Amino acid sequence: MSVRRLAKEQPASFAFSKDSQAKADWWKAKYPAERKQSAVIPMLWLAQKQEGWISEPAIQEIAKQLEMPVIRVLEVATFYVMFQLQPVGKVAFVQLCGTTPCQLRGALDLRKVLEDKIGPAHHVSADGKFSWEEVECLGACCNAPMAAINDYYYEDLTPESLAKILDDFAAGKAPKPGSYEGRGASEPKGAIHTLTDPKLYDGSYAKKIKIPNLPEKPKKAPKSEPAA
Amino acid sequence: MAIAKVNGVEVEFEPGMTVLQVAELAGEEIPRFCYHERLSIAGNCRMCLVEVKPGPPKPQASCALPAAEGQEIFTKTPMVKKAREGVMEFLLINHPLDCPICDQGGECDLQDQAVGYGRDDSRYEENKRAVEEKSMGPLIKTVMTRCIQCTRCVRFITEVAGSPEIGLISRGEDVEITTYLGAAVTSELSANVIDLCPVGALTSKPYAFEARPWELKKTESVDVMDALGSSIRVDARSAAVLRVLPRINDEVNEEWISDKTRYAVDGLGRQRLDRPYVRVGGKLKPATWAEAFAAIAAKVKSTAPERVGVIAGDLQDAESLKATKDLFTALGVKNLDSRQDGSALGAGPREGWLFNSTIAGVENADVVLFVGANPRLEAPVLNARFRKQWIAGKTRFGVIGEQADLTFDYDYLGAGAKTLSGLAKSKNDFVAALKAAERPAIIIGQGALARADGAAILKAAAGLAKSMKVVREGWNGWNVLHTAAARVAGLDMGFVPAEGGLSTADMLKPGALDVLFLLGADECETAASDAFKIYLGTHGDNGAHKADVILPGAAYTEKNGLYVNMEGRVQMGRRAVFPKGEAKEDWSILRALSEVLGHKLPYDSLDQLRAKLFADHPTFGQIDYAPGSVATVFDVGALGVDGEVSDAPFESPVKAFHLTNPIARASVTMAECAAVASGAAKIAAE
Repeated sequence: MSVRRLAKEQPASFAFSKDSQAKADWWKAKYPAERKQSAVIPMLWLAQKQEGWISEPAIQEIAKQLEMPVIRVLEVATFYVMFQLQPVGKVAFVQLCGTTPCQLRGALDLRKVLEDKIGPAHHVSADGKFSWEEVECLGACCNAPMAAINDYYYEDLTPESLAKILDDFAAGKAPKPGSYEGRGASEPKGAIHTLTDPKLYDGSYAKKIKIPNLPEKPKKAPKSEPAA
Repeated sequence: MAIAKVNGVEVEFEPGMTVLQVAELAGEEIPRFCYHERLSIAGNCRMCLVEVKPGPPKPQASCALPAAEGQEIFTKTPMVKKAREGVMEFLLINHPLDCPICDQGGECDLQDQAVGYGRDDSRYEENKRAVEEKSMGPLIKTVMTRCIQCTRCVRFITEVAGSPEIGLISRGEDVEITTYLGAAVTSELSANVIDLCPVGALTSKPYAFEARPWELKKTESVDVMDALGSSIRVDARSAAVLRVLPRINDEVNEEWISDKTRYAVDGLGRQRLDRPYVRVGGKLKPATWAEAFAAIAAKVKSTAPERVGVIAGDLQDAESLKATKDLFTALGVKNLDSRQDGSALGAGPREGWLFNSTIAGVENADVVLFVGANPRLEAPVLNARFRKQWIAGKTRFGVIGEQADLTFDYDYLGAGAKTLSGLAKSKNDFVAALKAAERPAIIIGQGALARADGAAILKAAAGLAKSMKVVREGWNGWNVLHTAAARVAGLDMGFVPAEGGLSTADMLKPGALDVLFLLGADECETAASDAFKIYLGTHGDNGAHKADVILPGAAYTEKNGLYVNMEGRVQMGRRAVFPKGEAKEDWSILRALSEVLGHKLPYDSLDQLRAKLFADHPTFGQIDYAPGSVATVFDVGALGVDGEVSDAPFESPVKAFHLTNPIARASVTMAECAAVASGAAKIAAE
């Protein structure tokens, strides 16, 4: 996890586009008027969707719209690691999982590919199209190693397939997300070796069981009121 | 009352108390960093761990755990000891070992508790983390590497001061306390975070590397920077006052003081009058006391009493006011005034100029109307109480006057006297609330009273108070918000023009007087007056610049004196250091002068003077007592005089918070704060 500070170079201003402003207004309307600062995370998210990252003017604008102290917005923006505080690649922003399962399955090799093709982490490539960072577990360990590129998961990657994906992005194509090993989802690779007994699925193993800790059925109410 | 056991001893406690509070009731000390009585509970330092039965078999954070009937609390078991040692070790992982160069050294919670509850050896081999310095303005020095992230400062600025400008950004090992992009903290109470900081992360910038706490002579005294009379401790080394700290006084300032109270004291060493001066040939020349007295005597003796006037300043103690009044009354002078600003108060019963609800009692008000008062600038510590009420949701506020940021929401009713006089009949929602209120309060400030039509405005406000039944059985909501520490004492002893005497404004008119005696009066413009001016005071400020004779007096830290705060509480200020150079205590100067003028004052010591003061004005004898009047005989409607009311909006007398008196104006720190404040105002206006 990187040190989370605002980027040194900031744009002069920020404004929500008409579309994002409409969405922001929807979020604001969702909460009571005096609690509208509850919309801070969705609003930061909208700003990030629009610009790719969260700039200082964006923080100011959100604080203004939500009538909350600007330091509170800064606290939230610097706390959550999914908020990007520096510019990211315009075409593809790669978030490579580097946690243990992915690392065991070859994430370090993928990192080399990214370093070769894009450059050091947290730096936008010279053409402004690419950037990457290493993140903690994204919860797709069955398909390790994987990376999230923009909004989608690219799974079962090899250095070759990742390089191909990046090349496709560079060529203006939209590579298909999902497994690059031909798996549909996270099912076992190749043939199924376990849970093959058909009896498991015909209902013959099912037994009536007593669920523990269920609330007891109310007993019949006493006829006379108990003495106080 | 519920009962719990602390280390086997039964303790009765109020339901709702935390385990930490119950343990304290039993006399057990619980170490803590993040917990503070007057702030919300954070529970993030984990230093207050105790063992609780029944409960999970692990240590519990006592500050955030509600105590329960029949609970057994253990604070001395091996588990607790081990837990505290563990927490302390974690806190010290990244805390630098720079105590020898840290200003907190000697009064540091972390230092004390590390000795009391920590391990005796160190297991640290790794590097400690370092944190960038932060800028927080001219008062707060930061060494953020020392920060243990207790967030007391964040909670104070957000909850008590009401200007949420400090925050805890980032997460995990990288968390840092900071203001937004290093902006200065703008609150008038900002420097209290220095006291709250349990380590040396936030320390006092003007006091940096000045002294160690054990070198200082500590004197308990009273503040004079506003009319609240905050309890302070004056820390001095040899002849210099190095700092002022708050004392806990729940009746007045809780445990906060304003930045001006804390930091104006460097003005006590600058621009001081340390010897008498006499104007010779248009220039002030140093003189001896005898020469100065001779010059005064020559002038006063040759002048008729009707042509002599006396104006008393805002920082004076009651004794000097009394001595001045006795001396000039004996000379036959009727032109006496302690109201430099021309306030309309002073006639009628004492309740007419007091803050009758009392400072602590005003928290019980359910609807409060401010008339021509900006409590944030005029009494910042009092304003924190209003904010506290507002947060509790108990009180509704209304304002007639400046529409300023008071750190709480209010109904804005109007700008001036027209709104005030029309209020009783208006259909306003707030007025309905005021009418229906059980304990309504009107807080009238000098912005409404210190003007030419002040008496008529007082009449209008008093009429409103009467129609709203602000004074009723068991409650007195008629409150005057003063700005001058000496004002209530002056009014209490009748330091106002006698029958046929001139008030301040009349005295200062050209040709009105031949001799004008200024007792520390620096806030009135004396240039127009062509009288022979005698100035008795401490600083080379407005009064001294135009004076013909200057008598050097003692500042509030240099004399024993009584001060009466806005609620009528008589408090004793004590001498921390001696007056500068040839300067003397004010009353003794007046006593000496009286002999030269041939009307010797009947007291030779401060005790005798006080005895006379108490005999003439019994209210002064009730030290530390605030009447908190619920007087049934007080007729609030009788205050003020009918008259023409101008429609000019009410303006707070405090224009620049940091520069309201000669001590503050001589202070370099206050000048810096004022520059920051006006700069911030400029940016906001852009």
